[in-house]
Amino acid sequence: MTATPLPLTDAIADPPSGPSWLLRDSWTEATRHLRALPRNPELLVFAVLQPIMFVVLFVYVFGGSISVPGYSNYKQFVIPGIFAQTVLFGSIYTGLGIAEDLSKGFIDRLRSLPMYPSAYLIGRTMSDVVRNAISFAVMLGVAFIIGFRFEGSLAEAAVATLLLFLFAYAFSWIQAYTGLVAGSAEAVNSIAFLWMFVATFISSAFVSPENMPDWLQPIAEHNPVTYVTDASRALYNGRDAGSDPWIALAWAIGITVVFATLSVRKYRSTTSH
Amino acid sequence: MTTEATRAPESMPAVLAEGLVKRFGTTEALRGVDLSVERATVLGVLGPNGAGKTTAVRILTTLLRPDGGRAFIDGIDVVADPRRARARIGLTGQYAAVDERLTGLENLEHVGRLFHQRRKDARGRAGELLERFDLSDAADRAASTYSGGMRRRLDIAMSLIGRPSVLFLDEPTTGLDPRSRLAMWDLIEELVAAGTTTLLTTQYLDEADRLAHDIAVIDHGLVIERGTPTELKSRVGGEQIVVLAARASDAPRVMEGLAHFACGEPHVEDGGTKIVVPVQQVHGLVPQAVRQLDELGVEVEDVGVRESSLDDVFFALTGRGLEADEDADDEATDDVKVAS
Repeated sequence: MTATPLPLTDAIADPPSGPSWLLRDSWTEATRHLRALPRNPELLVFAVLQPIMFVVLFVYVFGGSISVPGYSNYKQFVIPGIFAQTVLFGSIYTGLGIAEDLSKGFIDRLRSLPMYPSAYLIGRTMSDVVRNAISFAVMLGVAFIIGFRFEGSLAEAAVATLLLFLFAYAFSWIQAYTGLVAGSAEAVNSIAFLWMFVATFISSAFVSPENMPDWLQPIAEHNPVTYVTDASRALYNGRDAGSDPWIALAWAIGITVVFATLSVRKYRSTTSH
Repeated sequence: MTTEATRAPESMPAVLAEGLVKRFGTTEALRGVDLSVERATVLGVLGPNGAGKTTAVRILTTLLRPDGGRAFIDGIDVVADPRRARARIGLTGQYAAVDERLTGLENLEHVGRLFHQRRKDARGRAGELLERFDLSDAADRAASTYSGGMRRRLDIAMSLIGRPSVLFLDEPTTGLDPRSRLAMWDLIEELVAAGTTTLLTTQYLDEADRLAHDIAVIDHGLVIERGTPTELKSRVGGEQIVVLAARASDAPRVMEGLAHFACGEPHVEDGGTKIVVPVQQVHGLVPQAVRQLDELGVEVEDVGVRESSLDDVFFALTGRGLEADEDADDEATDDVKVAS
């Protein structure tokens, strides 16, 4: 070790502020996760294998036994549902990552830096969109290989995909809040899988709610996952989506606003252990 | 705004805390703590687990809001102006807060970027720190491959990348093996010699003695004593003569007989057969003590010396040992997670 003195108390400027610095801080944080993404092969493999597994499972294992009104080909019905399920389940990584940062004291470090506090959460959720996109691209490829087709225009398919991603982004804010409150990866896992299973299976993702018992139907029909699934399903299949895209969009914005507010507030007072 | 807050930073201590109060539910973690750290000095905050050390550090580093009192970094109010205060501090908490997925260099650069340094500057400064902290060879390895001591060093380097005015080290050697601990002391001494203003918390008297210019002893959320290590030891005794008497009934005679060597109150341990006499300087005292005990006709099994520990400081200051305190509420105060 050298003994050169470190000039520590240079004139210290006040931290810059303004929306562009919020974006810059967020981007800096996002790159922390993006750099790490290829270094965790297990995570990437899981993000890729899980959707393949679901596509194969539903199309070939359950497909023969499930019939849905309005679709002669279950593939065209269920694959958009699996898209929705996969991007929603993918949001759990947001919660897991935040819980880990919290339990390892990294959040204490970041909170003591002159960055924008919300940049931590924005950076995290934005980088998770990238991971979700990789996962989605693989899934789309597999779906095409087994015969899934866009039956509407490319523009419609693009809108459908965009809706799914907005929804996944909204859900990652729920996960962010869960991660901050739960504080450990194990707790995030238990909490998130519980509601994610309920939210995706009591929806139109895999079956038509019309086939559910009377008491369950209204729940399934008003589930936001049903709106986003129905909207993207109709758009991928070139059918009339009605008001579903707008309702899905409203849900996505609503969830994002509510949980981003809760998460930022929680983050500003959270310390490790 | 108060007069203190508007004064020029140079005329204020680097760290100033006045009457800090913090409650967690019904537990009062801090009950009116005053601290100050002069520029280019080290304040050692000494206290047992759960005394409130970490809570105080968290308030000063803007992680927690106090329920009462005020705190300033370079004259900047940490509650009213947390972002400006953060630009002036470096924090090394009890856990090595590094991103294990990133390399040492990337970890440092990342924090530099969050201090809004230009990419080139952040990289240059990161290289400087890696060199200085003996991590150059490991710069491009993921931090997950680092040893405990290397992680700690990287952690402290990350606290310094923003060229902070004040460095906070919260129990920097807790959990380290003795060798890493000594290396950490050397490192901190070097930083201090270079003029880094530091607030250090510790459970170890020897650590505070070696590293700090001033010590504040904290217990149950209050500063119960402050002074230089020398002053503190002159009150408590830097060393102790320990007499093992054959019979507990001899203890009062031993204490009386050795009282004129003592710089503080002698006390007994281990059911009355071990008599502990705090002294300033043990040099030459043991033979005298042995002769004295002979004259008194006390049957003695052994006479020895030991260095004063935090235990002894507490005994001298509060009349009770530390062990008695270590019940559940202590854990709760320092290690609390704040709900909302």
